[in-house]
Amino acid sequence: MNAQPIIEVAEPRQLPSTSDSASASRAATPALEICGLSKTFTLGGGLFKRGRTLGAVSDVSLRIPRGQVMGLVGESGCGKSTLAKMLLGLTTPSDGDVLVDGRPVRDADQKALARHIQPIFQDPYSSLNPRKRIAQIVGLPLRVHGIGTPREQRARIAETLDVVGLPRRAAEQFPGQLSGGQRQRVAIARALIMRPDIVICDEPTSALDVSVQAQILNLLLDLKAEFGLTYLFISHDLAVVEHLVDRVAVMYLGRIVEEGTREQIFGSPRHPYTRALLDSALTPEPGMGVPDIGLGDATPDPSDPPAGCAFHPRCPKAQAACRQQRPRLEDIRSDNARVACHLA
Amino acid sequence: MSRLEVNNLLEVKNLRVDLPVEAGTLHAVRGIDFHVERGEMLCLVGESGCGKSMTSLALMGLLPRKARLKADRLQFDGIDLTTLSERRRSDLRGARMSMIFQEPMTALNPAYTLGNQLCEGLIRHRGVSRQEARERAIYLLERVGISAARDRLDQYPHQLSGGLRQRVMIAMALMCEPDLIIADEPTTALDVTIQAQILRLLRELQQEFGTAVIFITHDLGVVARIADRVAVMYAGEVIESAPTPTLYANPGHPYTRGLLSCIPAPGKTPPGSRLQAIPGVVPSLVGHVEGCAFRNRCPQAQPICERTPPLMSLSGDHRARCHYADRPVSAPPQPETIS
Repeated sequence: MNAQPIIEVAEPRQLPSTSDSASASRAATPALEICGLSKTFTLGGGLFKRGRTLGAVSDVSLRIPRGQVMGLVGESGCGKSTLAKMLLGLTTPSDGDVLVDGRPVRDADQKALARHIQPIFQDPYSSLNPRKRIAQIVGLPLRVHGIGTPREQRARIAETLDVVGLPRRAAEQFPGQLSGGQRQRVAIARALIMRPDIVICDEPTSALDVSVQAQILNLLLDLKAEFGLTYLFISHDLAVVEHLVDRVAVMYLGRIVEEGTREQIFGSPRHPYTRALLDSALTPEPGMGVPDIGLGDATPDPSDPPAGCAFHPRCPKAQAACRQQRPRLEDIRSDNARVACHLA
Repeated sequence: MSRLEVNNLLEVKNLRVDLPVEAGTLHAVRGIDFHVERGEMLCLVGESGCGKSMTSLALMGLLPRKARLKADRLQFDGIDLTTLSERRRSDLRGARMSMIFQEPMTALNPAYTLGNQLCEGLIRHRGVSRQEARERAIYLLERVGISAARDRLDQYPHQLSGGLRQRVMIAMALMCEPDLIIADEPTTALDVTIQAQILRLLRELQQEFGTAVIFITHDLGVVARIADRVAVMYAGEVIESAPTPTLYANPGHPYTRGLLSCIPAPGKTPPGSRLQAIPGVVPSLVGHVEGCAFRNRCPQAQPICERTPPLMSLSGDHRARCHYADRPVSAPPQPETIS
């Protein structure tokens, strides 16, 4: 068992402090800090046989400053969603810490964690209970946490529906009566009703049509400005990521392979995998054809990751060193960015 | 028009598909016209519910049993598909027109080996021996970039990754050298790096074999990169069709313009700025639909839009179904209000 003391973060959300020094130190502490977070799963195995282990997330460290948007990109199975689940307290990390406002959160404080971090999931069709009215769905967090009288709760629900641009009458409707875009607004309202600091957006627009996607992205930008929210924005759509984020982390097979500002990642990517991802984004420019991204299709097996750099079997530039030694995620001194590549 | 109509592989005139639903009749496809030339890539673009998948099922003869199909003309290489018997229809399917679906895992049978599924069509339609069919399957698996093709024939679909399965689907669609492939969102379920590889492959093979492809997608980035011509669908109608460069340079329908402006364009859209959204939602297609179906979301809608707009010819092969496709709106556009 872990011997570290459990530190409560259950106190109610602080009102903005009037003291300058307090707000300055609060601003300096990242809203969310992830230190060496790992999650391993055991596959197969039996009574006398040891199963194989699968490192879904390995030694991930990230800092998201208050009020910023961190984009998280990578292919399916790279560990993005497992990372999100650990941040939401839905999966227990195998190792590592999550710090909210500079204070470590352990799995015992799940309820406290929920006051600070809330999710918006990909599919508004499956993430809302079809048998509950919208007011019940949006108001559930208030009841779970025992916040306010029923009357106050109703007022907060109405106010939150306004904030996300849903008509008041939606409160009495069921999810089935709403369109996809409206349902995603309900999911956003449910996330915001606790007035969280941090919102984990896991592919929030990929299930929506493009014309509706723009409405939801605009809403997310407005809410961030209005409430000073901090987002971890998980997406495979690089055009959307580039539009929305301040910083980007690129994951490959459970590890961060590159992290930097939007300009660094999109302007001068250093990791060959980041470059391949950017090259494969098809912008609406007729006549450009489909680029040859030069990646082999040796899709890696996460339970049996390649030795050395996990990306080397697909990397067009791989050399002997890449096959033997795993590159560390090194700081790039001048740039406040990190990359894990022998050749960068 | 530069080409004679007889050159067209597929001719569709006034195609309608109705589906009985609890609340009445759902007009999924509402009188669409289009054609496919031999060897070209036509993209059908539109959002969910616009009728693009129903159109492809109608062409393949795979509509749900209760669906009703009507068309003034539905002709494939001179063959009238509306009067064709189911038996003759299934002779065409897989042999001269084949389909690639979005989710290869549901389209492939998990209980049969890849070899079985690849060879079945060729043996049924061309009457070749199992050995000949296997040789062609190996050849095509290699062409779609699958290594150790001979061993793969004895594998089952679950042993392959999503990208490899979609490559197998492409190989399967090519087995009988069809004249037309209908690909319904074939890369939507794949990662971006795999998507780029699959699209490149599909485009290469299509040009090499001279196969015509109807590529159905909602992704305007994909369309720009692979299509020869585009037909944009909205609420069961083709509202605009044009050669790809024309459509992107000079969109004639306000819906097309809206679609193009609501995706962030790197280098053009300032990061963090508000995107242009299309307000509102798609109208219900249950019951009678009158006038322009887009007018409730259109920034330039006028009283005349209560009447069904004609299909206006803009230039050569460029057509748009809008009263104002060929001229600017005379009255100032109504102010756009989005909350």
